[in-house]
Amino acid sequence: MNRRDFNQLLGMGAAGIMMPALPAFSRTIAPEALLEPGLDVAVKKRLADAALNAAKAKGATYADVRIGRYLNQFVLTRENKVQGIINSESFGVGVRVIANGCWGFASVGDARDESVVAKAAETAVAIAKANARLLTEPVQLAPQKGFGEVSWKAPIKKNAFEVPIKEKVDLLLSCNAAAMQNGANFVNNVLFQVNEQKYFASTDGTYADQDIHRIGPSFTVTAVDPQNGRFATRNSLSAPMGMGYEYLQVNPSDKLSGITTRYNKGYDMLEDITAAAKQAKEKLSAKSVEAGKYDLVLDPSHLWLTIHESVGHPLELDRVLGYEANYAGTSFVTLDKWKTKSFNYGSKEVNLVADKTQVGSLGAVGWDDEGVKTKKWDLVKDGILVNYQAIRDQVHILGEKESQGCCYADNWSSVQFQRMANVSLEAGKTPLSVANMIKDVKKGVYIIGDGSFSIDQQRYNFQFGGQLFYEIKNGEIVGMLKDVSYQANTKEFWNSCAAVCDESDYRLGGAFNDGKGQPSQSSAVSHGSATARFNGVNVINTARKIG
Amino acid sequence: MAILTKDEAKTIIDKVLGYSKADETSVSVNGGRTGNIRYARNSVSTSGETNNLSVAVTAVYGKRSGTATINELDDASLEKTVRRAEEIARLAPENPEYMTMLGPQKYLDTNTYAESTAKIDPNFRAQAAFDSIDPCRKKNLTAAGYMEDTTGFVAIGNSKGLFGYNRATSVDFSITVRTADGLGSGYANPDVNDVSKLNTKATTEIAMQKALASASARALEPGKYTVILEPTASVELLQNMMRSMDGRSADEGRSFLSKKGGGTRLGEKLFDERVTIITDPLNADLPLPAFGGGGGGRFGGGGGEGVPQEKMTWIENGVVKNMFFSRFWAQKKGVAPVPAPAGFILQGGTQSLADMIKSTDKGILVTRFWYIRAVDPQTQLYTGLTRDGTFYIENGQIKFPVKNFRFNESPVIMLNNVEALGKPVRAGGNLIPPMKIRDFTFTSLSDAV
Repeated sequence: MNRRDFNQLLGMGAAGIMMPALPAFSRTIAPEALLEPGLDVAVKKRLADAALNAAKAKGATYADVRIGRYLNQFVLTRENKVQGIINSESFGVGVRVIANGCWGFASVGDARDESVVAKAAETAVAIAKANARLLTEPVQLAPQKGFGEVSWKAPIKKNAFEVPIKEKVDLLLSCNAAAMQNGANFVNNVLFQVNEQKYFASTDGTYADQDIHRIGPSFTVTAVDPQNGRFATRNSLSAPMGMGYEYLQVNPSDKLSGITTRYNKGYDMLEDITAAAKQAKEKLSAKSVEAGKYDLVLDPSHLWLTIHESVGHPLELDRVLGYEANYAGTSFVTLDKWKTKSFNYGSKEVNLVADKTQVGSLGAVGWDDEGVKTKKWDLVKDGILVNYQAIRDQVHILGEKESQGCCYADNWSSVQFQRMANVSLEAGKTPLSVANMIKDVKKGVYIIGDGSFSIDQQRYNFQFGGQLFYEIKNGEIVGMLKDVSYQANTKEFWNSCAAVCDESDYRLGGAFNDGKGQPSQSSAVSHGSATARFNGVNVINTARKIG
Repeated sequence: MAILTKDEAKTIIDKVLGYSKADETSVSVNGGRTGNIRYARNSVSTSGETNNLSVAVTAVYGKRSGTATINELDDASLEKTVRRAEEIARLAPENPEYMTMLGPQKYLDTNTYAESTAKIDPNFRAQAAFDSIDPCRKKNLTAAGYMEDTTGFVAIGNSKGLFGYNRATSVDFSITVRTADGLGSGYANPDVNDVSKLNTKATTEIAMQKALASASARALEPGKYTVILEPTASVELLQNMMRSMDGRSADEGRSFLSKKGGGTRLGEKLFDERVTIITDPLNADLPLPAFGGGGGGRFGGGGGEGVPQEKMTWIENGVVKNMFFSRFWAQKKGVAPVPAPAGFILQGGTQSLADMIKSTDKGILVTRFWYIRAVDPQTQLYTGLTRDGTFYIENGQIKFPVKNFRFNESPVIMLNNVEALGKPVRAGGNLIPPMKIRDFTFTSLSDAV
């Protein structure tokens, strides 16, 4: 039984739709409390030292402590109604140790007292020792130099929590009104803002204080045709970003024109929702796709999810090794493929990088949750598999001397483990616009926006939908399609990549809630790309009749 | 442990209500302990335990409501939380769909708690993991598993005199066993809330057998097949369908239960006549909570309201008999409010899974589906894949393992293509029979093991 089902068993099921899950142990707070400063850094250091010293005194050979204050705000509207405004705070301390060669972890909420934190550290050591009898090999932790007292702050221009709620509500309701005026029958809208205030310390000698900001506006508009009983939706083309409120104060240079407007470092929600209402209506009478092989032209607002599922996840080393076998699965990218140094992950056009430093991305931080300074590295170079994503207790398997900095926990109450970096497809090196890419396509589908997504437990076979589908015939867009999904095998798909547009078309997509682990944790991650072309992909028609 | 008795919880609720100056006030108190142990590569990877206790207060002025929460129970903290909820309510926009709080309700006396589960400690979890890992080590197989136990309570009350209390336990154990060469994988996921009914060794042995038996899978062409779906396979598809049985969405024209030309498909026969789905909180094999939703509304704005959960028939002999209705929508439509089901029973027959295999000429046995995602809400079309034990059946016997398939199928179509229903067993908090379904649509093959 999962947590949601258990909550139902208790009678705690949340009513309504689009209600995002709050982090563990979070509590509702007044809006002004979102701007209160957290604990002073000197106090955090004192608490951290208490935990580290207690762990060492009990026999830990390594310990780290995370003191986290997680702030969230959700503003939810539906048509002309405010459904909810939720401000929440979660504060606590998590301590991870190695004792008798085994990991142990314990966390405690609302801990502002050194003795409470020290007790958590002792519990973590006791858990490590209790489980050491089941250990097959002791943890091998890559050495990491201590950075001393350091800090990192997301380079935001306007803290979203400082913006009055009224301004946000007015924006969302004006968007909804525009949708209704342009043909939508229903509209839901949510603005999600996050501030992670994280303090990390370890027995290596790093004390890192970090201030992370993220923002995610999104909507769904629905158009209904009561006569034939059909309905269609269109979701926003926004990407959640590691930015402040400046993301919603869009500059003309942030927009790309085309069959529909797409967005780069700024998002015009009013413009997008107006288009969405018209397009949802248009979908109702669009032509149903004829199944077959097509050349696909995939916009970054769509391709980010394909990258996430078919590159980001299979190149997580913990999956390769089997740590996720009972849940999210393993990976087809086994170590023997990497060792050959010639495994064709994709065509020569395909260059995939991992980057925990990318400005504006959801996954950008200065140090990861085990004190590793973040960086950028190659995963696939000119189509050849060259590396994985790994953390400190795995990199020795790759013959590397230091971690790549991919360790993350979604809350102070969760143990940190390997999570995906921002994994992106690099833009093409020769100038190529979307219009010129389409000009060369004889029979194709241009897909914008992410939709339904599913991939097998070793990341071979996938099926993806989208938001907007346009038929391309002899180099021209000839109309809208519906009922489109494409199926492919990861390796064949990336080897069918024929071209990638240049840097001027490069944009980030991403998600707040990438789930992994047991108990499941979510992490936020971005994926960038320019529009790319994939030849001869199998498109299926998803229309059905249910009587 | 943060488990309050009914009386302790009532005392806190009454105290909070005494502090309130709002037009209406509701309170929910909930708490519990969750422990877990996770293992992979035949070794423990993580393990932990957390406790939590929280009080949520919703204050309402007219149609404005505000919610505040606290995890401290002293008088000053509780009063501060009430004042904060009132403050938020005064600032909140009016909710035109706000429904005045319910008065006292009559709740069924359901049994969702097992003392055996409440007593679980770290040593018990370590032993459970050992009992699962050890047989795998001995047979050169690799175990990856997870056990999570939760013991919790929720109490709700409001200024109109409503009070409800429920405590519950839950155990989630799942195990995936893989062969050393990576060519075979098996899975088992029993569903209990009483840990004395869980045997991790016996469960692991089922996964071991499936792993060994699935190691030399052959490829079959994708297409339409007769399938036998184990309850663990079909549960998520059925849950998705049940979660879509919202009356408001149907009325609004954006549901598979919306009718062409307007209205809903209530009373229409949409499924095979052998399909009957009910909810029964008093069922001994699947006890359910006596009320739906937390009274204080964890997310504010009214949240759950404490509507009683009662025996309900959703689908009877293939006919849609009920949908769930919020109190607001029920009033608008002039019907009684119906909370969404917390767990359901798909009634079946008396056959076991083995009996069903024996009576199958040609078919495919599916252990588990994976990565199920909605493709089209209009037709309830979902896609996903088979995983961890897919086998070809011929002349009543499992002949050989087959490579995994991707499906594109709707539970509505599936429940129209019923060949046979077996004896229901617990799966994912529901009672579901093994099902034999004809013409199940597999659209492609996967090389994943």
